Amino acid sequence: MGVEGIGARVVRKEDKRFITGKGRYVDDIKLTGMTHAYFIRSPHAHAKVKKIDSSAALKMPGVVAVLTGQQLVDDKVGNLICGWAITSKDGSPMKMGAWPAMAPETVRFVGQAIAVVIAESKNLARDAAEAVVVDYEELPAVADMHAAIKPGAPQLHPEAPGNQVYDWVIGDEGAVNAAFSKAANVVKLDVTNNRLAPNAMEPRAAIADYDTAEEHFTLYTTSQNPHVARLVLSAFYNIAPEHKLRVIAPDVGGGFGSKIFIYPEEMVALWASKKVGRPVKWTGDRTEAFLTDAHGRDHITHAEMAFDANNKIIGLKVKTYANFGAYMSLFSSSVPTYLYATLLSGQYNIPAIHAEVIGVYTNTTPVDAYRGAGRPEASYLIERLMETAARQLNVDPAQLRRTNFITQFPHQTPVIMAYDTGDFNASLDAAMKAIDYAGFPARKAKAKADGKLRGIGVSCYIEACGIAPSKAVGSLGAGVGLWESAEVRVNPVGTIEILTGSHSHGQGHETTFCQLVAERLGVPISQVSIVHGDTDKVQFGMGTYGSRSAAVGLTAILKAMEKMESKAKKIAAHALEASEADIVIENGEFKVTGTDKAIALPMVALAAYTAHNLPDGMEPGLKESAFYDPTNFTFPAGAYICELEVDPGTGKTSFVNFVAADDFGRLINPMIVEGQVHGGLVQGIGQALLEHAIYDANGQPVTASFMDYAMPRADDVPSFNLSHTTTLCPGNPLGIKGCGEAGAIGASAAVINAITDAIGKNNLEMPATPDRVWRTIHAA
Amino acid sequence: MYQTTYHRASSVDEAASLFAKGSESKFLAGGQTLLPVMKQRLAGPSDVIDLGRIKELQGVELSGDTLTIKAATTYYDIMTNADVKQAIPAIAYLTSVLGDPAVRYRGTIGGSIANNDPAADFPAALLALGATVKTNKRSIAADDFFQGLFTTALEDGEIITAVSFPVPAKAGYEKMRHPASRFALTGVFVAQAKSGEVRVAATGASQTGVMRVGAIEAALKANWSPSAIDSVSISANGLLADIHGTAEYRANLIKVMAQRAVAAAR
Repeated sequence: MGVEGIGARVVRKEDKRFITGKGRYVDDIKLTGMTHAYFIRSPHAHAKVKKIDSSAALKMPGVVAVLTGQQLVDDKVGNLICGWAITSKDGSPMKMGAWPAMAPETVRFVGQAIAVVIAESKNLARDAAEAVVVDYEELPAVADMHAAIKPGAPQLHPEAPGNQVYDWVIGDEGAVNAAFSKAANVVKLDVTNNRLAPNAMEPRAAIADYDTAEEHFTLYTTSQNPHVARLVLSAFYNIAPEHKLRVIAPDVGGGFGSKIFIYPEEMVALWASKKVGRPVKWTGDRTEAFLTDAHGRDHITHAEMAFDANNKIIGLKVKTYANFGAYMSLFSSSVPTYLYATLLSGQYNIPAIHAEVIGVYTNTTPVDAYRGAGRPEASYLIERLMETAARQLNVDPAQLRRTNFITQFPHQTPVIMAYDTGDFNASLDAAMKAIDYAGFPARKAKAKADGKLRGIGVSCYIEACGIAPSKAVGSLGAGVGLWESAEVRVNPVGTIEILTGSHSHGQGHETTFCQLVAERLGVPISQVSIVHGDTDKVQFGMGTYGSRSAAVGLTAILKAMEKMESKAKKIAAHALEASEADIVIENGEFKVTGTDKAIALPMVALAAYTAHNLPDGMEPGLKESAFYDPTNFTFPAGAYICELEVDPGTGKTSFVNFVAADDFGRLINPMIVEGQVHGGLVQGIGQALLEHAIYDANGQPVTASFMDYAMPRADDVPSFNLSHTTTLCPGNPLGIKGCGEAGAIGASAAVINAITDAIGKNNLEMPATPDRVWRTIHAA
Repeated sequence: MYQTTYHRASSVDEAASLFAKGSESKFLAGGQTLLPVMKQRLAGPSDVIDLGRIKELQGVELSGDTLTIKAATTYYDIMTNADVKQAIPAIAYLTSVLGDPAVRYRGTIGGSIANNDPAADFPAALLALGATVKTNKRSIAADDFFQGLFTTALEDGEIITAVSFPVPAKAGYEKMRHPASRFALTGVFVAQAKSGEVRVAATGASQTGVMRVGAIEAALKANWSPSAIDSVSISANGLLADIHGTAEYRANLIKVMAQRAVAAAR
C-alpha cells in the first residue's frame, strides 16, 4: 500500500467543498425562467377527491398553472411501478393497486399529492395552494396491519382483497415440522420491527427543464441511481424517451435507500415543465419528507426456534406481517422477502427453515428499502431469538452462538443464500476481548451497588451485500440486473478520469475510488477525478445501495483499469523496445523490469493520443470500459456487544461501552469504513431507543416533525470501539464485502439484548423509550 | 411564512406603541417558538416587533437577596453569568440543560415565560422560587402569572421587562428530557426559601401547564431530604400522556426528579 493506496487512511477529497459550503445540491441550482412547484396534499388518510376548484388560485399573483391528477390521466402519464415481482404461495402474482403520481380520484395516505401549483416563487405557489378548494369525501381508514387484514376492515385497493399484497413462503415446511416434532426445546418470540422515517439531511428535490426546441428534458434530482431513474421515467411513465432525458444527481446529502425510488414529485416536475414550457423546481421540506419519503421496516413477526438436547438449532419457523403502506414503492416487494427471509439463517447452521411473509396495505406512507432493507429485520429477529434461547436454556449467550456457528465454507443455507466465507468465532472473540466479557459479572455487581441495572447484549449479524448477481436476482423476480459499469479515461497529459455508475451521496467514492488507481499506477490521487451522477456523462450504471459500490462498482473500475493497463503496457513496451511481459507499473512509470529503462504514464498517454508511433494495428487513445456482474452476494458479518446501564427510577438507558468487530473483507480506506460503521450503529441505536414513525388509528401521522420523531443526537450514543477481523471475499478480485449497512443491521439487537439482560425481562419492544423500559421493569 | 412587517424597537415604550399600531401584532424575543410557527404558516402576524435589541431589557442584577434577570437576556448569558451562578446556581443549571446551544444563544427568559409552553423549563423555576414578573405596567407574582397552557396574566401588548427572584436558601432542578424536542418530559424545581418555606413546581407533567406539587412540598417541609419523598404518592390524574410518556410515567418522574433535585440542591 502506498500513502494513498488501498488500506491508507486518506482524508476525503470531497470534504473540502462540503465543509466550506461549496457543495452543489439540487436546491442550489437556479435556472433562467425557473418556476416553483408546491404540492397540494391530502389531509386525510383515506378519501375520495370529489372536486378540485382552482379558479381563485389561478387569479393569484405569480401563478403559472394549477395541475391535477386528472390531467396526468388525460396525458396518459403512467402510474408508479414496483420493480420486483413476487409470487404468492398459491402461485398468484402479487396484487397491486394503481399509484398515480397525483391522485385523480382516491387518496390513501396523509400527504398524498392531488394537485400542484406552479408559480413564480415558492411562497406565491404556497399562497395559491391555500386558495385551491378541495372537496373530499372521507372514507374509513386503517393504519394498523392486524386491523387491516381483519374481515370488514376498510379496503384500500379493489385489486388487493383483504388488503393483502401477497402471502409468500420460502423454505421446506415439512422438514421444519419434522425438526420441531423431535425438538428437545422450543423457543418462541414475538417481535415488532418499528417503522422508521429515513430523514436524510437533504430533503428530496427536483428541477425539471424542458427544451421546447430539442424536445429534450433535463432532470436534476436527489437520486442514488440517476440511470435507473432515467430508465424508469422513460420506460413506464410516457413522459420522455430515454435519449431525450438527461438525469443529473449532483451532490446529494444522504439517501439511506430513500433516494433509490422514483417518487411522484420528480415525475410531476418533469411533466409540468413541458406543460408550462419553463423549468420547474420542487424542494421538499421536512414535513413533506416525513409524509412522503418511503419509510423503513414495520414488521410484526412470530418466530419459533427448535433445539436438540445439545443446544443445536434444528429448525426455525417464522411468520411475518410486513406493512407496505398505501402503495407499492419501487423495490418494496423485495424487502421483506428476498432481502429478509434469505438471511434468516444468520451465522448459524440451521438445517431447516420455513418463513411466511404476508404483505399488507394500510393507509400510511409507502414503505421501502431503508439502510439494511430486510436484513436488519432478519438479524434483529435471529439475535433476539438467540438471546431468548440462551436465557431459556440457561447457557451463556455467547456460548450458545458458538455452539451453532457455521464454521465450514462455502455453506448453503436452506433459504437460497450460499455463504462464501467468514470466521464468526474470530469476530466474536475480538468483540468479547474488547469489552472484557469475562469481567462483566463483577461490573454488574458493582453497578447494582450503585443502584443501576447493568446489562450486556450480543448481536452476531450477517448480511448479503454487493447487490447483486443479475442472473440470480432475475430468477427471483427483479426487473433489473444489478451489475455495475466503469470507464477509465487516461487524458493525453496523463491525468485520469474514472466514470462510474455508482453514485456517492456521502460514501466518499471520490476518495476511495481514486485510491484503487493510486494503488495500481502509483500516481497521486490529486491526478485522478471521479465522474458520477450524470446520465449524459457516464455510461449506464445501476447506482448505489445495498453496500454495493466497493464490491461491485469498484470491481468494475478494476476491470476497466486492467484493460487500460494492458494497452498502456503494449505502448510502453513498444516505446522502450522491450517485451510487454517485462513491463511493470511503479510510481507512475512503466518500467522494464530489472533495468533502469522507464517511460512515465503521461508520455504513454501522449503516445496513445498522438498515435505517431503505436504498435502496428493498435487503435489510438487510452480509454477502456467494463461492466462487472458479481457471481454471488458478499457476506459481511460481525459481532457487536453492548454494555449499558438502566436507571430503574426513570427507565433511561446509558451506554457504558459498545464494541463492534466487523469482517468486511479488504478495506480500501479504514477511516471511511469507520465512518460508515459509526453512522450505521447510530441508526441501529436510533431504532432501538428513539425512532418510531407512528400513526393514530385513523391514519393520521403523529410523528411528522423533529419535535415528535426522535432522531439520535451525538449525546445519545457512546464513543464506539471498533475493530476488524478479515476473511477476504472470494467472489471479487479485491476481496471486498461492503460496509455501508452493517452497523444499522447489527446494532439494535445488541442494545435490546443488553436492556432485557439488565432489567431481567425478555419482552421489550423497540424503541425502548425510558417510559417503556420503566413500565416493563415495574410490570407484574 | 406569510408576509409580515418587521420592526426593531429601541425602547420598551417604542415597542408598546408599535404594537398598538399593528392590526395583529406580535412581540419577538428570541424567536425560538414564534419563528418556527410563522415558518409553518401557523401564525401570520401583521407586525413583528423585535424586543431583542432593547438595551434596558438586557442583563442581570444581584441586589441583596434579590436576583433580577431582565427579560431579553438569553439563556446563554444567564447560564454564564457570575451573579446567577453564585446566587441561584439551580437557574444556571436549568439554562444549561435547556434546548441546545443554538436555542440557548437566541432564546430568552422573557420569551419563555410569555409563551408559557407546558413543557418549558423556566416556568417551574419562577413558580418554585416565588419570583415576580415585572412588566411595563405592573408586577405580577409567579403564582398569578401562569394561567394554563400557553396562557398568562399578560394583557394584550403588555411587555415583560424583568423577572426578580428572591435568593433561596437552597434550590435544585432536575429534568427528564423529551427525547425528540428536548423540552422537559417532566422537570421539577425545588426551593427552600430563607424563610424556611418550601415550594416545588413541576413542568411538562400537567395538562394545565406548570404546577405546584403540594404533597412533595409538605414532605420536604417536614424533612428536606430525598428520602422524605419516598412515601409521597402522585396521582396520574390530569397529567399529560403522549407517545413519549404515559401519565403514570410522568407521575413517577415528578417524584424521581424531585428527589434528585433535592439531592442536587444547594
